[in-house]
Amino acid sequence: MTQQLPGAGAAPALETEPVTAVDGDDQRIAVASQWKLVWWGFKRHRLAVICGIITLFIYLVAMFAPFLAPYNAGTHNSEYTYAPPQRLHLFDDGSFSPHVNGYTLEQDPETLALTFELDENTKVPVGFLVRGDEYKLFGLITWDRHLIGPKGDNGTPMYLLGADSNGRDMLSRIIHGTTISMSIGLVGVFLSLLLGVVLGGVSGYFGGKIDNAIQRLIEFIIAIPTIPLWMALFAAVPANWGQVQRYLALTVVISLVGWVGMAREVRGKFFAVKGDEYVTAAIADGASQGRVMFRHMLPSFTSHIIANLSLSIPTIILAETALSFIGLGLQTPTVSWGVLLQEAQNIRAVSTAPWILLPGVAVVITVLAMNFFGDGLRDAADPYKN
Amino acid sequence: MLRYIGRRGLILIPTLFAISVVTFIVIQLPPGDFLSTRMAQLQSQGDGSLGAQELARLTERYGLDQPIYVQYWQWFSNIIFRGDFGDSFDYGRPVSALLAERLPLTIVLSVLTLVFIWAVSFPIGVYSAVKQYSAGDYTFTFLGYLGLAIPNFLIALVLMWLSLRYFGTSPGGIFSPEYRDAPWSLAKFGDLLSHIWIPVVIWGTAGTAANIRVLRANLLDELRKPYVIAARARGNSERWMTIKYPVRVAMNPFFSTIGWILPGLIAADAITSQVLNLNTTGPLLLQALLAQDMYLAGSVLMISAALVVIGTLISDIALAWLDPRVRLRY
Repeated sequence: MTQQLPGAGAAPALETEPVTAVDGDDQRIAVASQWKLVWWGFKRHRLAVICGIITLFIYLVAMFAPFLAPYNAGTHNSEYTYAPPQRLHLFDDGSFSPHVNGYTLEQDPETLALTFELDENTKVPVGFLVRGDEYKLFGLITWDRHLIGPKGDNGTPMYLLGADSNGRDMLSRIIHGTTISMSIGLVGVFLSLLLGVVLGGVSGYFGGKIDNAIQRLIEFIIAIPTIPLWMALFAAVPANWGQVQRYLALTVVISLVGWVGMAREVRGKFFAVKGDEYVTAAIADGASQGRVMFRHMLPSFTSHIIANLSLSIPTIILAETALSFIGLGLQTPTVSWGVLLQEAQNIRAVSTAPWILLPGVAVVITVLAMNFFGDGLRDAADPYKN
Repeated sequence: MLRYIGRRGLILIPTLFAISVVTFIVIQLPPGDFLSTRMAQLQSQGDGSLGAQELARLTERYGLDQPIYVQYWQWFSNIIFRGDFGDSFDYGRPVSALLAERLPLTIVLSVLTLVFIWAVSFPIGVYSAVKQYSAGDYTFTFLGYLGLAIPNFLIALVLMWLSLRYFGTSPGGIFSPEYRDAPWSLAKFGDLLSHIWIPVVIWGTAGTAANIRVLRANLLDELRKPYVIAARARGNSERWMTIKYPVRVAMNPFFSTIGWILPGLIAADAITSQVLNLNTTGPLLLQALLAQDMYLAGSVLMISAALVVIGTLISDIALAWLDPRVRLRY
């Protein structure tokens, strides 16, 4: 308390004498709100800021997926099974005319296997904001324009990242998969947050027997191997459930186990601030227990909780990917990165069409970005540390 | 020390009991599992047939006409007293026989992976902390982040693909085909070594990455403490001083990491062994779950959880032996 007073008291001094830059900074810091301090601290981690921007970009992709993707997720063309990726050429003979090279089919004289070769001579023109598959943006607005797409006369398709076994465009499917994979992280984290904050809060605030019981429960859940438990719980989901139900079931199953980390963190924080004067003051004021916990104590470490949340989203994304990959998570026709990677289970398919591993690259980039971002956030979360 | 082991061992009993309850719930959970389907099938066959005898035997064996807690006790006591985990309906064999086939390889691979994780993360963690902010530290830190971000099945797929592409063989399994049924020899052992590193590396990546971070952070904390400055002031050589004092203290949490590395290994087994074509318990669990062969699935889950708990106990005891402060806490 007393430390903030000089800052506030020094403010009138501004009028009389010129202050040096250092003093100005000090004053700015002294009167800044907690969130401003967190933001300043965060800005200093350059890598974390960049990764934050990448994360934001990925979420934007998830929101505008049908517009950004050249095709809808289910659009297939059986003539183009495992067509290799095409390079997007922006210029043709020095003038701007984006195009990709077409395919020719070659037959191996020995194995008789058909392989696609890129043909330098044929050109498929590519346009921006072209008409294509009809879709609903945000599930509301019907539109048929896509950011990028082929505009050949005879409907020649374009595969910037190659095609899968049904001739579906990998790029489109990865973009569509973003929506499910990213949102499952958010929904799952939200449920874990609810459980974690309530149980961790109760545990830390009341202590004693309740705390002991909850701590034993947490230790027990940590001791059980997570992924096999998720697998076992999810195997109980009836096979005839729809896409939305499976999606919700998956998030519930993941957060049933995932709340423990959050609960531990929240409990530790509650313990730390329990003896602070402002808590005693609130209790003396006759505030109810719920009010003391969630109105007075919780806001003092909200920044920690947010930092923690941002670190548990990638964990959930990885869990979804792994579960869907082995066939116990989401299933086709739902499109998520894990579901897309199911195709890569067959190592022979991977060797004919390595680009079916590309959804994995999307997972790695996302998880890396979110981990760096979350680490930066966690370092900045406690501005009064120094 | 004995007192500590005794107390710590006593906690084990309720934990194992709780694990068995969760397992039993998991077994009962799926509505259309193998046993219920089989029972329905047998019931439709009518009286007097072989089916009716089988029906009576199954009802008796699993206590299906009894209340749920009796069913639980019947299942649990069979495991404890007779080592009978029930039957796998999918394989048509007792679960215990299947476990006996698969479990040894899982345990061997897990122990090897643990050794691998420690052997790799220890020198790197110490190096990263002593040479903080050096080029090497940055490289290892980045590799560590990468190791945590890549799903292990993706590493498995990429390794398999590269080896199929460049060596023409898929490195799956634990032996080459020609040695699979051969008697043990030096050549077979060599073949084993040439295969076994692949699952060890794949399972160990995430654990190694996490362990490096833990050790680095711990050692950095220790290196700033006054006793290190005191030791340095006395003219000890830097290398010897670091190994003798701060590294030893920083080692402690290192030991206790086994508690969360082991569940990770079991998970890695469940996800990647299918791809790697290993005869471990992982594919057994996956197949059993997909076929809703619940007694098999539940048993694998329970054994994995029990192994993790026992592994944690061993690491806790090792930690208590190393660090007297831990001993006194109990």
